[in-house]
Parts: sequence; structure tokens; C-alpha cells
Amino acid sequence: MSLIICRALVKTYRMGEMEVHALRGVSLKIDAGELVAVMGASGSGKSTLMNILGCLDIPTRGTYALDGIDISTLSGGRLAEIRNSKIGFVFQSFNLIARTTARENVQLPLFYRGLPSREQKALALRALARVGLADRERHHPAQLSGGQQQRVAIARALVTNPPIILADEPTGNLDSQASQEIMGTLTALNAEGITIILVTHEPDVARYARRIIMMKDGVILSDRRNEGVAVAQTVPSEAGV
Amino acid sequence: MNFLLMTVLVAFRVLGRHRLRSVLTMLGIIIGVGAVIAMVSIGEGAKAAVQAQIASFGTNVITILPGATTTTGVRTGHGGAVTLTISDMEELKKIPGVTDVGWARRDVTQVVHENKNWFTTINGVTTGYLVIRGWSTVSGDFFTPTDNDTAAKVVLIGNTVIENLFGPGEDPVGATIRIKNIPFKVVGTLIAKGYDTRGSDQDDVVFIPFNTAERKVMGTKFLGSIGAGFMSAESPEQMSQIVEEIKRILRQRHKLRSGQDDDFTVRNQLDIAKVQEGTSESMKLLLLAVASISLLVGGIGIMNILLVSVTERTREIGIRMAVGAKRRHILLQFLVEAVVLSTLGGLIGIGMGVAGANVASNIAGWPTIISSEILVIAFGFSALVGVFFGLYPANKASRLNPIEALRYE
Repeated sequence: MSLIICRALVKTYRMGEMEVHALRGVSLKIDAGELVAVMGASGSGKSTLMNILGCLDIPTRGTYALDGIDISTLSGGRLAEIRNSKIGFVFQSFNLIARTTARENVQLPLFYRGLPSREQKALALRALARVGLADRERHHPAQLSGGQQQRVAIARALVTNPPIILADEPTGNLDSQASQEIMGTLTALNAEGITIILVTHEPDVARYARRIIMMKDGVILSDRRNEGVAVAQTVPSEAGV
Repeated sequence: MNFLLMTVLVAFRVLGRHRLRSVLTMLGIIIGVGAVIAMVSIGEGAKAAVQAQIASFGTNVITILPGATTTTGVRTGHGGAVTLTISDMEELKKIPGVTDVGWARRDVTQVVHENKNWFTTINGVTTGYLVIRGWSTVSGDFFTPTDNDTAAKVVLIGNTVIENLFGPGEDPVGATIRIKNIPFKVVGTLIAKGYDTRGSDQDDVVFIPFNTAERKVMGTKFLGSIGAGFMSAESPEQMSQIVEEIKRILRQRHKLRSGQDDDFTVRNQLDIAKVQEGTSESMKLLLLAVASISLLVGGIGIMNILLVSVTERTREIGIRMAVGAKRRHILLQFLVEAVVLSTLGGLIGIGMGVAGANVASNIAGWPTIISSEILVIAFGFSALVGVFFGLYPANKASRLNPIEALRYE
């Protein structure tokens, strides 16, 4: 069974008098273990699709089933639980909480899960080790490089052991060296079986994916296999990725 | 529980990051609570002092004064007419609920002990009077009803008189003092009562049996007339009813027609206490107004800073929501911050208030009472202010749309 099944997703926003049709009928299936890139220009609806897939938003019409759960009808509280247990987010601007240590940032999803703090710490340290930052647990985001910050964000996404990681322009704020490292980390995680959905407008990033979905004006333009998958340099990690 | 504890820790850390801002925010609550604690402590101290004065008069005492009107219509002032007699008092003793009856006459004259003399108030009283007014002896004993019947020349002396007639360490009991040149044997010394509500020294007094006063010291125009009658009631609730009964009986005994003024005055100790309670009630209302205004101002300060904080941390809220925070988690986080601010302010305010009260009692010499009750109330109210004024910003934060919050710059 597919991990993600979307049928005829429609999303309409009202902006004053105007109706904005962000999604005009998107049907999509993603299987467990895939590495999918969603591409498109700004305004193509890829961010809206991302928000819905990430359970941050619900579609106006259509259905979305994640891991067999019908998301389209859930309440805000249940959506928060799904985000906490099924999805890890990686954002373009890292979105770490300032003046809070790397480890505490990584602990955050576990905090809302209500785990005992000892367990939170242990799991957070393990996740930091997986992205090669075990020695940076006490550093604040401002003391870390962009690439390191993004790896802390990936550790935060990983810490709950979610089946899916949603990465929204994960390399958008990074130089090419750091970008390569981050893509290396993500592909390595994919190799471990985590489904990864990348949203990007950079072909350089998309080439790491085995499947590329092109969007335009709220519909899927093309959905094809990527024949020439790039192999990223892997980041050495203490925990033995 | 774990979550709440962690939230409190996070709140402390967030507030610690903006120390100056947090302290300025708490200032309203600190000043309000501090002022109220200090004022209540001083007020309670003053009230207790007044109550002690009232209590020194005796408990549940009803006073009956003769006068002010004589049959000729000349108004002579209290005690100016000889309209109240021992037989009146004997009759009033039969009213249900009355525990004791006593009466007194007074005169101001010189008392002499060896080479020392002192002008003081001589009271001819019955033993009932001594009991009603709550007198007791430090050494020696009251004179007995027999001493009264036989008009014995015995005397009880008050503390101020002792100080002026006897040297230090001298035991007055058994000594002889002269009142209007008549020798009296001191049978007891009285406890010190201090000043009464009108500021006169209650200890500047000597007591001799009523009959002795009437027949040997003061003389009388009319045998059996008394200067003042005193009665005590079983309980405060019965007092006004007893007062009505006293008036009815005395009007009947004095053969007053309806429409004619009373030729006596009845005073109820409770009425004096009520006046005092009235002033402390208005004091309380004033304090309540001050407290509410300062807590309101302090609360608005907290709400204001929290709204700023919510705006500043919009993106953080978005992140928290993205990783699985529910609305109630966000609500609680900001509510806890508000409550931490307000209770911390309350605690500091309590500390300042207690310190202020101590300064008032040590430097100005005012009596102060710091009741633990008011401290608990002050703390409770400051927490309540946090909840009340934190609710709006916290609710605002919890209703943010996670997508928009994440995009907020």
C-alpha cells in the first residue's frame, strides 16, 4: 500500500474579493522508501501541496490518506499529533529556536510527545550523532554554520523516527559545499528506508531524487522517473549511518 | 505534570533573557502588592490597638447614666440629676440575659501616703462593677460585698497611683493611705489597663466600696443615688434587646409620660465598637480600591509585554506547531509565562510590603500586624492577575496559523 495517497486535491484561498486556486486537482501516490522531488516555479502550488502533505493545512476538496489515515477530516489537535509522529520537517531557513541549544531544539518534538526528559535527551543525542553533530549539542544556532544548523534541523526531523521527511528547499540558504553535504545526509537517510519528499526549484537538488514531479498552476505537469540519479558524497557520521 | 514543570522552566528561561523587561513588567504588581501589604499591616495593627482599648472597658458592657434632664427642664449634663438609684439597678438586674450589675460614684480628690500625695479619681464602686469592667488584682484581693455593706475603709489602687504614692519595690498591700484625711487600708493592687479610647489613663484611679464613698467620703444629697450604673450581658447579640428593656423599665419606674424625654442615658459598648468597625470598613474599601487599580495596571502591563512577546516569537510558535505542539500547549506556555511574571511580582511585592511594615513599626513606632492570611490572598490575587491578563495573548498565540507563523519575518 502506498504511504501517501492524494485524490483530486483542491485548495482555494480567499484573498479579499479574489479567490486563489492554489491546487486545482492533484492526484498522487508515493510509496514508502521513495525519494521524490516536487519542482515548479513559485506560484505553481508546490508549497501548498507541501503544507497539505505535511498536515499543516487541509485541502478544500479531495482526500489525503497518510499511512492509511484520512487526513482531510481531522481536527487541529489530531493534525498536530500526526505531524509529531509521522512527519519530520526540514525548512529552507532552518527554523531552529534561537538561544536554545542544538540538543534542546532536537528534543522539541519529544517534549510535545510528553516523554520523560531523560529519554528526550538520550534520543536527541542519538539523532544529533546520526547527522554527525554529537559534539555540538550545547551550541546555540548562532554558533553553528548554515550547514550545521540545517543538520540540527534534520536531527530534529529524525528524532521521532517518522516514516516521512518533508524538506522544503533544504539547501536554499546554503553554499554548494554545504548543499552537497545536506543532500548526502538526506539520501543516506532515504537509503535507511525513510521516505523523503523534497520541494525545490533547483534542478541541481532535484537530480538526487529518483522521481521528479513537476507542477504548474496548481496541477501536476509531469511525474517521471529520474534516470540519472546523482550520487551524493556522504557525510561521515559517528553513529555509523 | 512533567510538561507543566518543563513549561515553567522554559518560562523562567525566556523571562531571564529579558531581565530588565521582566522586572519593569512586574513593577506594577510589585508596587501594588507591596503597598497593600504595608497598608493592611499598619491598618490591622491600628485596629488591634483600638480593639484592645475597647476590650479594656470590659466585655458586653452597658452603661446607664442619670440625667441629662431634670423635672424642671434644666439640662444639666450627664450625672447632673439624681435620677438613678440603687433600687433602679436592683430592678434592672432581673432582666433576662444580664449577668452582672454594678454601680459607681466618682470624685476627684487627693490621696496621701506618708509624705507623698497625688490627685486622682476616687471611685466608690460595688464588686459587681469591678467584675463588669474586667478589673483584676495583681496582689491582694477585691473588697467583698460585706466590706460594702459595712462601709469598710478599704481601698484598691491603680497602677499610676501606686507609681506616684509608693517607692519602687514597696508593696502597697496592707499599707494605709489617707483619702480626705480618712485612713484606708490597701487590700489590693490592680492590673494596668493603659489608656482608654478617649485617651484618659484608666490606671489613675482608686476604688473604695460604694457605701463607704457615699457615707464617709463624698456624702450625698439623696441616699441611694448613683453616679453611673453598669451591666454586662451574656452575649453581644442580647445587648440591644437588654438596652430596650432597661429603657422601658426605667421610664416606668421614673413615671415618665410618653413624649417626655428620658431622664437617663443608656450606652451600649457595641455602639462604640461599631463606630470603630465603620472606620476600618471604609479603610478596607479604600485599600481594596488601591489594590484593584494597581493590580489592574500591573495586569495590563503583563498583557502588553506578552502581546509583544507573541509577535516577536511568531516564528517560534510556528516551529513548535510544526513539530507537534497543540493549541493547548502554546496556550499553556504563554499563560505560564504570564503567571510566572505576576506571581514573581507578587512575591517581590510581598517581600517589599513586609519590609515596609517593619520599617513603619521600627522607625515610626506604629503597631503593625502582618497576617499570613493577607500574604496568601496577595499571592493568590497576583497569580489570578497573571491568568486573567495572560489569557488573551496566550489565546492569540495559540490561534496562529502554523503556515503563516512559519513564514513570519
